[in-house]
Amino acid sequence: MTELTELGVAQIRDGVAGGDFTAVEVAQAFNANVAAAQEALNAFIIATPEKAIEAAQATDAKRARGEALGKMGGVPIGMKDLFATFDVQTTAASHMLEGFKPQYESTVSQKLWDAGAGMLGKLNLDQFAMGSSNETSYFGNVISPWKRNDGGNAALAPGGSSGGSSSALAARLCPAATGTDTGGSIRQPAAFTGTTGIKPTYGRCSRWGVVAFASSLDQAGPMARSVQDCAIMLEAMAGFDAKDSTSLDLPVPNWEAALSGDMKGKKVGIPKEYRVDGLDEDVSKSWDDGIAWLKDAGAEIVEISLPHTKYALPTYYIIAPAEASSNLARYDGVRYGLRDLPDGANLQDMYAATRAAGFGPEVKRRILIGTYVLSAGFYDAYYTQAQKVRALIAQDFAKAFEQCDVILAPTAPSAAFGLGENVDDPLKMYLNDVFAVPASLAGLPAMSVPAGLNREGLPLGLQVIGKAFDEQGVLNAGLALEQRAQFSAKPEKWW
Amino acid sequence: MSVDTATVAKIASLARIKVSEAEIEAMVPELNGILAWVEQLGEVDTSQVEPMTAVIPNTLRLRDDVIDADPLTGGDKRDAVLANAPAAEHGFFGVPKVIE
Amino acid sequence: MSTYRIQGATGDWEVVIGLEVHAQVTSNSKLFSGSATAFGAEPNSQVSLIDAAMPGMLPVPNRECIRQAVRTGMAIEAQINKWSRFDRKNYFYADLPQGYQISQLYHPIVGEGSLTIDADEKAGIPADKVIGIERIHVEQDAGKLMHDQHPTMSYVDLNRSGVALMEIVSRPDMASPAEAGAYLSKLRTILRYVGSCDGNMDQGSMRADVNVSVRRPGEELGTRTETKNVNSVRFVMQAIEHEASRQVDVLEAGGKIVQETRLFDPTTGSTRSMRSKEDAHDYRYFPDPDLLPLELDDAFLEECRASLPELPDAKRARYVGELGLSAYNAAVLTADVDTFAWFEALLAETASAQGKQPAEVAKQAANWLISEFFGALNKQGKSLEDSPVSHEQAAELLALVGKGTISGSIAKQVLETMFETGDNAGVIVEREGLKQESDTGAIEAKVDEILAANADKVAQYREGKVALFGFFVGQTMKAMAGKGNPQVVNEILKAKLG
Ligand SMILES: [Mg+2]
Ligand SMILES: [Zn+2]
Repeated sequence: MTELTELGVAQIRDGVAGGDFTAVEVAQAFNANVAAAQEALNAFIIATPEKAIEAAQATDAKRARGEALGKMGGVPIGMKDLFATFDVQTTAASHMLEGFKPQYESTVSQKLWDAGAGMLGKLNLDQFAMGSSNETSYFGNVISPWKRNDGGNAALAPGGSSGGSSSALAARLCPAATGTDTGGSIRQPAAFTGTTGIKPTYGRCSRWGVVAFASSLDQAGPMARSVQDCAIMLEAMAGFDAKDSTSLDLPVPNWEAALSGDMKGKKVGIPKEYRVDGLDEDVSKSWDDGIAWLKDAGAEIVEISLPHTKYALPTYYIIAPAEASSNLARYDGVRYGLRDLPDGANLQDMYAATRAAGFGPEVKRRILIGTYVLSAGFYDAYYTQAQKVRALIAQDFAKAFEQCDVILAPTAPSAAFGLGENVDDPLKMYLNDVFAVPASLAGLPAMSVPAGLNREGLPLGLQVIGKAFDEQGVLNAGLALEQRAQFSAKPEKWW
Repeated sequence: MSVDTATVAKIASLARIKVSEAEIEAMVPELNGILAWVEQLGEVDTSQVEPMTAVIPNTLRLRDDVIDADPLTGGDKRDAVLANAPAAEHGFFGVPKVIE
Repeated sequence: MSTYRIQGATGDWEVVIGLEVHAQVTSNSKLFSGSATAFGAEPNSQVSLIDAAMPGMLPVPNRECIRQAVRTGMAIEAQINKWSRFDRKNYFYADLPQGYQISQLYHPIVGEGSLTIDADEKAGIPADKVIGIERIHVEQDAGKLMHDQHPTMSYVDLNRSGVALMEIVSRPDMASPAEAGAYLSKLRTILRYVGSCDGNMDQGSMRADVNVSVRRPGEELGTRTETKNVNSVRFVMQAIEHEASRQVDVLEAGGKIVQETRLFDPTTGSTRSMRSKEDAHDYRYFPDPDLLPLELDDAFLEECRASLPELPDAKRARYVGELGLSAYNAAVLTADVDTFAWFEALLAETASAQGKQPAEVAKQAANWLISEFFGALNKQGKSLEDSPVSHEQAAELLALVGKGTISGSIAKQVLETMFETGDNAGVIVEREGLKQESDTGAIEAKVDEILAANADKVAQYREGKVALFGFFVGQTMKAMAGKGNPQVVNEILKAKLG
């Protein structure tokens, strides 16, 4: 029998249901992997092995009673530490929330527990989900399990902000993990680690109980090692929530059941603006591979234009910091979290000291940018203009989808980079999300699937962007890619 | 538009983040770099465009006026509300004394 | 035009006043959370995770709060915006858990409207003085800070945090403290009619931010100050008086008015600069990304309109026009919800007890209510709400007068007994034998006795001292222990005296 920790969501679910192994055995196996890798990879902020066992026992007991198991029955998962978990420390990877134990459970995590999943621990991430390399966590960098094939030993970035999730998946510390995507934070780390992740349509997954970064962009989604696993987990996570005013009041489709890699009759759009000058050769080649695979799956390839693409990143870096500057105002040392009260400090001094001590440099940078672009005299020039350009970007997609069913593009402009390589230049770091951000701004479903390795032996991801509400189309195109990419590479175990 | 040390100090104060002189000095070029980059949006003609209000077509739902209809969004949970407070006494949050 | 002027050392000054009234919307639960809004609860007991701004908490608006704001807008004949939006107003304070207040700046739910304040010659308020209302928007209330419970700490209670408010912003159309007072009173009356705010100013359900500036007559607007959270009509008038004369003093001494936020001190009746809000304001308003635009459909608006009650001005006009009440009585009876409700109940019961149309008994009921009943209540220090006599009981008493069973003066006596004992009027009249004597024969006999006993006065009367008529009436009534029907007594006396 293959090792349990090599199994994915569907295999574990079916194996537990079929009695091939118990949920407790699965949880134990993953708990062991989590513990063994913690020092080297730092993928988790805290492990919760007892929670994983508890849920597994409940699943096994249910099975013993002959009851039907949930969609995620017996599957232990990693929970990005942006989701509030009842009485379990929830930090957003910030010193600000160190020790914070919510007295509530996020809607998405609750749905996963209700579906039979168990929690292996809270996954590390970029602080308040701000970052693309997992170098902004207060709890230390997450290290990718991947190494370049150059014989060197450089520590590589797992991507961000869901870098704990991607690293843990690639290293077989969990079969699936939650992610959140504000401007690529599911897709880019998936691409960097040879894993799979989907950001659904904005509003599919409730934001209730998820620490907010940029409300109009934040969207939770599953990360796993196959398209099918993503489909299963997304079914468990998605659904209308009356507690979230932006939640979509739509039934959750049976995405898993309708999975098909057959692309006959489908049109795939290739956005010419994504073919930027100086695009990495390997990335360019893998994109061509993707085009060929979808053609092979029966799709017709059409060139499309998304003319405002180059404005997506600057638009994002106005809107997201603006929303964040306001969303993060609640961290003030009054009701929860860190309080820094210097001698003789008054209330306003306490705020300033607390927020200086609690937020990391990237968070401060974005709060300051956001504060500036909203301040008197600048609001229209920056924020209103950005929301108008955002409308144009969304229109670009709407027009493109008159000609095609899904869009194929690279997920990121490069493979994983080394830790420390981009930290001195925020702009260079921001450029990592150049292909991911447009779909975020338009609220569209988009997923990344592994396409192969570059010449350094590092994974590259392909991105499928779909029409609003059409997760099925995205998953199906993703499956068609997956079936042909036959991606089976995994990092060699060095930890 | 570019920022100087005084502007950065003012923004930091508005955002209630204590910053040292040295931090301000370091932030000025960084923020200016980012601002100069985002200002390329100015070249887009948006005179005929309405700013985006809802990214996905959706309407604002209104809830019924019922107390504690959902325990998750209702009151009457003082212990939960105060559970993580850095300073709580007699059912209140405590903050440094404010003089109005 | 108001003629209110402040006489400075260097000449006259006009005052320009605008009010921003924060009225708590009547609702069971908060604007964006399900926690209760009741006044006076234990600290932090009516606080949800949303009101405490826990990480990841989200707002969902309360339909009733939106509905009440729309109904209020309709009551001041304002433009109702079918498309509005919530914005965030960002600032840091311990009573503001989110670090922003969800409010409406760019697209308020209610636009331009107005209300007419009541004329008052004595107070210098002209007839038909209209005060413009710029807008009404819906927003969250803040929590409460207590400064006197601990030597080094302020305590924070978030029970009010997130309670729905309507901010009703007037135009700077008021020119005297009296006009501002009349505006606030009228606004309170309308809100109470509509039922969108209980108007309890002492519980903070209505507070006014008072914007005051002064100028030389006819000149440009001066710099204004804003005095925050003044919570009674009297205090608003005091604050304006003090603030206006302070500004005149500053200007006449060659100084300048600083645009600033001030506090009113009710113990001294004066205003002072507010230290904690000196920080330059830059609220960085932007649309709340947690909420979509608020779109109202026609059915919603129709329901709002259909559920509006008759409003004070219309009611007053109807009382004069249909019921024949005096302008004064109509004004008194329509000034408050409790008053008109009591009057209308009394009127309906009085009419049916006497088998008459309301209009036929309205004057009687109104006069009696205002002059007799309010007086009796006042004497006992009671209000209509806690009146020991119900409107059914009062209607029975009025019916006894109307049918001639007792006289008006006996009715006073009966009412007194009703207040003391709680008994019904009929029971008291029966028990104490207070029924009026209308029998002509019996009255004639008494009149004859009186005239015979006062032959000298009869002679004087017949010689032209007609003022003596009252004397004969009084004597007759006295002889009949007050129970003679005064009309019949009058008639018989007139006939006998010739
Ligand atoms: Mg105000
Ligand atoms: Zn207000």
